[in-house]
Amino acid sequence: MGRTLAEKVWDQHLVRRGEGQEPDLLYIDLHLVHEVTSPQAFDGLRLAGRPVRRPDLTLATEDHNVPTTDVELPIADPVSRTQVQTLRRNCAEFGVPLYPMNHAEQGIVHVVGPQLGLTQPGLTVVCGDSHTSTHGAFGALAFGIGTSEVEHVLATQTLPLRRLRTMAINVNSADGRLREGVTSKDVALAMIAQIGTGGGQGYILEYRGNVIEGLSMEARMTICNMSIEAGARAGMIAPDETTFAYLKGRDHAPQGVDWDAAVEAWRELRTDDDAVFDAEVRIDANALTPFVTWGTNPGQGLPLGERVPDPAEIVDENERVAAEKALTYMGLQAGKPLREVAVDTVFVGSCTNGRIEDLRAAAQIIGGRKVADGVRMLVVPGSMRVRFQAESEGLDEVFRAAGAEWRSAGCSMCLGMNPDQLAPGERSASTSNRNFEGRQGKGGRTHLVSPLVAAATAVRGTLSSPEDLD
Amino acid sequence: MDAFTTHTGIGVPLRRSNVDTDQIIPAVYLKRVTRTGFEDGLFAAWRNDESFVLNQEPFRRGSVLVAGPDFGTGSSREHAVWALMNYGFRVVISSRFADIFRGNSAKQGLLAAEIAQPDVELLWKLLENEPGTEVTVDLTEKTVQAKDLTVPFSIDDYTRWRLLEGLDDIGLTLRHADDITAFETARPARLPVTTPRG
Repeated sequence: MGRTLAEKVWDQHLVRRGEGQEPDLLYIDLHLVHEVTSPQAFDGLRLAGRPVRRPDLTLATEDHNVPTTDVELPIADPVSRTQVQTLRRNCAEFGVPLYPMNHAEQGIVHVVGPQLGLTQPGLTVVCGDSHTSTHGAFGALAFGIGTSEVEHVLATQTLPLRRLRTMAINVNSADGRLREGVTSKDVALAMIAQIGTGGGQGYILEYRGNVIEGLSMEARMTICNMSIEAGARAGMIAPDETTFAYLKGRDHAPQGVDWDAAVEAWRELRTDDDAVFDAEVRIDANALTPFVTWGTNPGQGLPLGERVPDPAEIVDENERVAAEKALTYMGLQAGKPLREVAVDTVFVGSCTNGRIEDLRAAAQIIGGRKVADGVRMLVVPGSMRVRFQAESEGLDEVFRAAGAEWRSAGCSMCLGMNPDQLAPGERSASTSNRNFEGRQGKGGRTHLVSPLVAAATAVRGTLSSPEDLD
Repeated sequence: MDAFTTHTGIGVPLRRSNVDTDQIIPAVYLKRVTRTGFEDGLFAAWRNDESFVLNQEPFRRGSVLVAGPDFGTGSSREHAVWALMNYGFRVVISSRFADIFRGNSAKQGLLAAEIAQPDVELLWKLLENEPGTEVTVDLTEKTVQAKDLTVPFSIDDYTRWRLLEGLDDIGLTLRHADDITAFETARPARLPVTTPRG
């Protein structure tokens, strides 16, 4: 019987097949590191007198804590400062390459890996961050790990893992395209609303179908990024010509004869026709319209044209109670049209939607228009490269002219570990990935949206799509 | 981690059940960047109370904690085990442990010894009547002994073997270091490295 893409990559990395109850031991090709989940891992190595086995397969960057203004000044928050300084000390001591704040390659770890060409088809990629699933867009097996596992990979370049099941997410439309104004973020939000935040638990997802095949690499990264919001540790897309074209010529991509050998190997990385997934899901993209969340988990989403749901109409008791609590937290009335929900803040950025195409999309909508009175719009590029690229295209001027704030690179308001936070009761339309209570700041209320919806919302001041604009 | 065969130290009676990880170490201590130094956060809220057992001599020098059922419930934070070990505990005895805590203990070398609740009661009385009584925990024999009281404890064979051998997760994997090296040797040279190209 044939194998799925995930199974092929898994099998290629077996250092040792587990016997009986023992897990498999997998080799890790690329280990990405940041300042929040690594300090105790390095400290553990130090205590045990162990070195980093493969510093040359490890890369660190500063992202979660870094400020996005006054980046040349010392970090004001002492906890953030300590974490960043600790990362620098650890990387120096253990010989791990690091892109620190103000470096031209600094940025969110999941933006940095792909743009350097380090993320390649068929690799195993791990990082102490759940959105490591992003890298699956290249046909890599990529997933988040905890601090103990970070230490384990640093010391051994391997991870003991139990085999996961596979789930196909088939996204199709009649012509393979999404409707005007609909993006892969909307596909992700619709998928999570359909299967639930636990729907992918225990599975590696594989996104397939003509819509997925038609997406750009950056759009594919957005959808793989949010696999974890569906409960799946990893999400993958088979590499194809789009993937190869994106990689060719990047700093760490293979060159010359190596490139040809690599592409030949990458072409094998697809699910065999006779392979069987443990589960299959179908998403009809024909009717898909811009999607927004109304609640406090990423599965609580609806098309923008709908109204805030009435919990009384929800049959499942757990879901009903969750919806009631969510509406109370979000300060929303059942039945209110989502298009009438007013926001205070619009955030464009994050490892989900902080890449150049996302900024171009938002700029295209906001260009020549103004951010609505009383609304604050933050645009935070996912990396310094994205920032410089955007500035070379004049996008920073477009955003500034509209009244938005143009920032430096980092995770920023996605999780508010730096000063970019919502105040209690404030409401945001955010291109990030989690709308949990307090995620963007204590008492903050988050609506997850695409960059197009974010920009249109900034102009109108209420949740909107580009078609609502004059 | 250090191998564990037997340990003898002052027993500390903690007459509480459902000691959750927020009690063992509150969340405010989680922002640190080290794996050591968590002893000040151990039972931080309770230690504000002068009558708390760890504020009493000779218990403050204890290394064998004897607690009620359902020890270590709540969050998965590994800091709970670090805090106990940083303080100086090598063994926690209880009549029932939370699964994640038990797993985290095994990984760090803290012995979580499960004994019957009536035996916990006997130990409590003994330690309270004669503060400073030493408790000997023998992992080879799977016994807990204090004065003339000797009771058996249970622990799964796999965890026992790991503790006796002193193997943490990394140590377990490094037993297969040859396999890892062989795998590395066979990896294609075209695979990417993170160091900048010369």
